[in-house]
Amino acid sequence: MRAGGVISRAKHSPALIAGTVITSVLVAMFLLAPVIARYSPDQQNLLATFQGPSAAHWLGTDDLGRDVWSRLLYAGRTDIEVGVGAVIIPFLLGSLLGTVSGYFGGWVDAVVMRVVDIVLAFPFYVLIIALVFVVGEGTRGIFIAFAITDWVVYARIVRAATLVAREQDWVAAAYGGGLKHSRVLFRHILPNTITQAIVYVMSDIVLVILAVVTLGYLGLGIQPPSPDWGSMIDSGQSFITTHPWLSTVPGITVVVTGLGLSLVGDGLADVLRPQ
Amino acid sequence: MRTGTRYALRRIAMSLPVIFGVVVLTFLLLRLVPGNPAQTLLGIHASPSAVAALQRQLGLDEPIYRQFWHYFDGLLHGYTGMSIYYQVSTSSLIGERIGLTAALVGVSALFTVVITVPIAAFAAARKNRAPDHAARVVSLVGLGLPSFWFGIVLILIFSVKLGWFPVGGWGTTPLQHLRALVLPGITAAIGICPVLIRSLRAGMLEVIESDFVAVARAKGIRGSRVLFVHVVRNALIPTVTLLGINIAYLIGGTVVIEQVFDLNGLGNLMLTSIDNRDFPVVQGVTLVYAIAVVAINVLTDLVSVRLDPRVHLE
Repeated sequence: MRAGGVISRAKHSPALIAGTVITSVLVAMFLLAPVIARYSPDQQNLLATFQGPSAAHWLGTDDLGRDVWSRLLYAGRTDIEVGVGAVIIPFLLGSLLGTVSGYFGGWVDAVVMRVVDIVLAFPFYVLIIALVFVVGEGTRGIFIAFAITDWVVYARIVRAATLVAREQDWVAAAYGGGLKHSRVLFRHILPNTITQAIVYVMSDIVLVILAVVTLGYLGLGIQPPSPDWGSMIDSGQSFITTHPWLSTVPGITVVVTGLGLSLVGDGLADVLRPQ
Repeated sequence: MRTGTRYALRRIAMSLPVIFGVVVLTFLLLRLVPGNPAQTLLGIHASPSAVAALQRQLGLDEPIYRQFWHYFDGLLHGYTGMSIYYQVSTSSLIGERIGLTAALVGVSALFTVVITVPIAAFAAARKNRAPDHAARVVSLVGLGLPSFWFGIVLILIFSVKLGWFPVGGWGTTPLQHLRALVLPGITAAIGICPVLIRSLRAGMLEVIESDFVAVARAKGIRGSRVLFVHVVRNALIPTVTLLGINIAYLIGGTVVIEQVFDLNGLGNLMLTSIDNRDFPVVQGVTLVYAIAVVAINVLTDLVSVRLDPRVHLE
């Protein structure tokens, strides 16, 4: 695949362009939280609770008088950091196991694929919740839970791609040239199979951020005082009839973030798909 | 023996190693608890004698292979462990709650089909035109939608503002139960609809571009009739298959949705048991969920074989 072709196709993918714009604006806002947030996210003011939007508090204040706009930005920072961080180990582990499984086949393949079947038998949220419960709530628990559960999809995707690549002429030619397994794998197979895993990373980050927010809502995720969209929605739910924005605003932010990342993933899939 | 029965038996036999693996994994859950599990579950202020008693109850004082044997042997006899908090067998707690969750999963599967099939059919019929793009955008928005939050928004609109449905709870009569399941059912369905719409649209495009649809059109049959009689009917098989693949995600979603709508199902039992640090119940519920998924997958395989004579019984 020529790089020039990919770039020119990227310029013509509305999904990729829109997704990149939305995602960059949001990420920039979250990273600049210390600059554009006007209060500390956990600075309470019990004399100014439940205020509506105003010049001082753009999105009002919550039940403890904390500035919702500031909390929203800092929460975005934590949730995206944890979401992206939690995908790294599954991506590496799944790609490695998928490659080995697809390339060598035999009993290695049989074992890896049986383990994949077993992990997939558990409803995703049930296993994540059970794991976070046993290893301990919070960021560390989230990382461990995803490392155990989330590699399976990568393993499946990369294994399938490796099976296809293994049969290609250029791989046969590489063997014919007398190359070693490791060289064939890393120079001729991996560069082709990993693209599909990379395309999936974007959708996976969306799934993982949703899961992190969900765990936060259940009180099992990112622990206070760190602000997180899930716990913001949870604490706002008690005041849903009188102050609905406390729950709706963080939810809308999650949706927009997810939309941006999904558009990037969709666009990437179009652009990187072999023509 | 008839080929159908033989296929069914083989398919069930194939799922046994997965079920065994599921049992091993749920057994290993307790080993993932950092430090001394009994101490961790009871908290640092627990007395040494209480810790020792719990260790005995959980079987932690035995070598690991014997622990596993006791666990496995118990399961074969229908014994899933004893709740630490309620001091009754976990299977009786699970038995009380499983009906509600099964009803919720059934209702949401129904909503999933009702929402997915028309949108996918419409998008496929108008490929690369406005409805197709609209369906794509809607499903992309749906991918990033936290379903529990969507549930809260539904409560706000349809229960608080309009008063059409209860804010939460289960009611006492069958009619109330049904009404109580509408909003949670939609909420759970929305969790998997985006993925299904996208896959089903692709499946329907294949059917639309196939020869028999071209023939139906050439015979002068109206477009809408072709779509609903020829295309949708043939797309039902992939719908069943896709639903089977995604049912695990749907079921997992109900854990959180039960919390939002205050329904006393398995998910609620799991979350309250986490609050109570009642490990055996969490373990038992996790196991039941996984076995249900395996069973549903076997069932959808068998159903799609019956629906589609082209699927070979091999």
